[in-house]
Amino acid sequence: MTLPQFKFLMPTSLREACALLEKHQGKIKIKAGGTDMIVRLSHRAVKPDFLMTVKKIPDLDGINYSPKGGLTIGALALLREVETSPLVLEHAPMLARAARATATVQIRNMGTVMGNVCNASPSADNIPTLVAMNARIVAASGSDEREIPIDEFFLGPGRSALQANEIAVAIKVPTLAAGSGVSYQKISPRSKVDIAAVNIGALVTLDETGKCRAVRISMGAVGPTPLRATQAEEFLLGKEITDATLAEAGRLAAEDASPITDVRASREYRKLMVEVLTTRALKEAAGFASGQSSIAE
Amino acid sequence: MKKELITLNINGDDIEIAVLPWRTLNEVLRDQVHLTGTKLGCGTGDCGACTVLIDGQSVSSCLTLAIEVEGHQITTIEGLAPQAAEKSDLENCELHPIQESFIAKGAIQCGFCSPGMIMSSKFLLDHTPNPNEAEIRAALSGNLCRCTGYNKIVDAIADAAEKSRQLKENNLDPTTI
Repeated sequence: MTLPQFKFLMPTSLREACALLEKHQGKIKIKAGGTDMIVRLSHRAVKPDFLMTVKKIPDLDGINYSPKGGLTIGALALLREVETSPLVLEHAPMLARAARATATVQIRNMGTVMGNVCNASPSADNIPTLVAMNARIVAASGSDEREIPIDEFFLGPGRSALQANEIAVAIKVPTLAAGSGVSYQKISPRSKVDIAAVNIGALVTLDETGKCRAVRISMGAVGPTPLRATQAEEFLLGKEITDATLAEAGRLAAEDASPITDVRASREYRKLMVEVLTTRALKEAAGFASGQSSIAE
Repeated sequence: MKKELITLNINGDDIEIAVLPWRTLNEVLRDQVHLTGTKLGCGTGDCGACTVLIDGQSVSSCLTLAIEVEGHQITTIEGLAPQAAEKSDLENCELHPIQESFIAKGAIQCGFCSPGMIMSSKFLLDHTPNPNEAEIRAALSGNLCRCTGYNKIVDAIADAAEKSRQLKENNLDPTTI
């Protein structure tokens, strides 16, 4: 379908882009890869007077790593870049797994991880691992910059904590503490391409005695935003990861999930899958944390 | 609304063209440049019929704004075998090895998905010259064939990869398939 008419803006600096956002508040939409925005335009889900691409703004691309600062994923880093980046594969391989689980090859060659985050879909593939790893979103407004903890970033379906004059410029993923492991688990009716019916990101940090020192579990597609499985997290702290504690953590995670029934899965099935995938994610993350397994992709 | 005059590099040729900012690359290729090899299926990035390469990367032309790809190299199915595209005389023209494999393996039924399938295959083989079956199927996951002729398409891609490997082993041809 032909797209609705809009004025197209191609700012070449962050300052210019933020000024345009300020000037055209309420009448402007941002696009990066466009794989979601163009579809929404085509469906007339949005009808902005102005469409602004951020693709010509310098310094928003690239993936960097430093031991102290961790991984920085630029706003324009493509899903495919995150999927294949040696830095990501070395320091946060589950981010690569999540990127690879997103949509199709073509979409991954166009779309960005930041776009997937900013669209704030509860089922987004790239969010649970970022929540598990306690990432921060760097938001710029002109010359000011602030970091938003990812736990505070999602306000509802399609709604984020970004202000009207702010552009998300980078994702910062902290370096994991020693003895940590992460996992991403997803289930969907089709094995490829599909939007997740349920997805889980988990981080487990074990102390030298094998007890759980830190744990973060993020559940996708089972609430209006990605949800933390706080009961399961609290239960696991100080405990060893055994079949029994994993089973109980899974049960508690399902209790914290509040899914709906839709075209992809029923509420009941989603609850059951939260239990299964949480157990699976924790087990895999704990395996990496204890160094007993390595990542085979 | 004013049209923007832009220069698109399509299959190696610079084409100066006036486009409306909300026109997709798919619309411009098909309706303005009259390169109708690139198809339009779903228009939402699900079916892959509109796949083209931009700077060698496979993308959905239905989700790409034409105005945004000025300065980039666009390759369409017509660019894989320029002679055949011009003469429409398949008997006497050299096709791209992937196209030949599609024909040899019967990987074409109604043909609507074929240009997209072949562009996705090209992207796969450019990056993974010796794919296994799982890699081929994963690489095609963004391309739908309503005739459901997937197995023959997978066979064709494996065949194209094998031909390329043999050519390289015999130092015959540096074809970049």
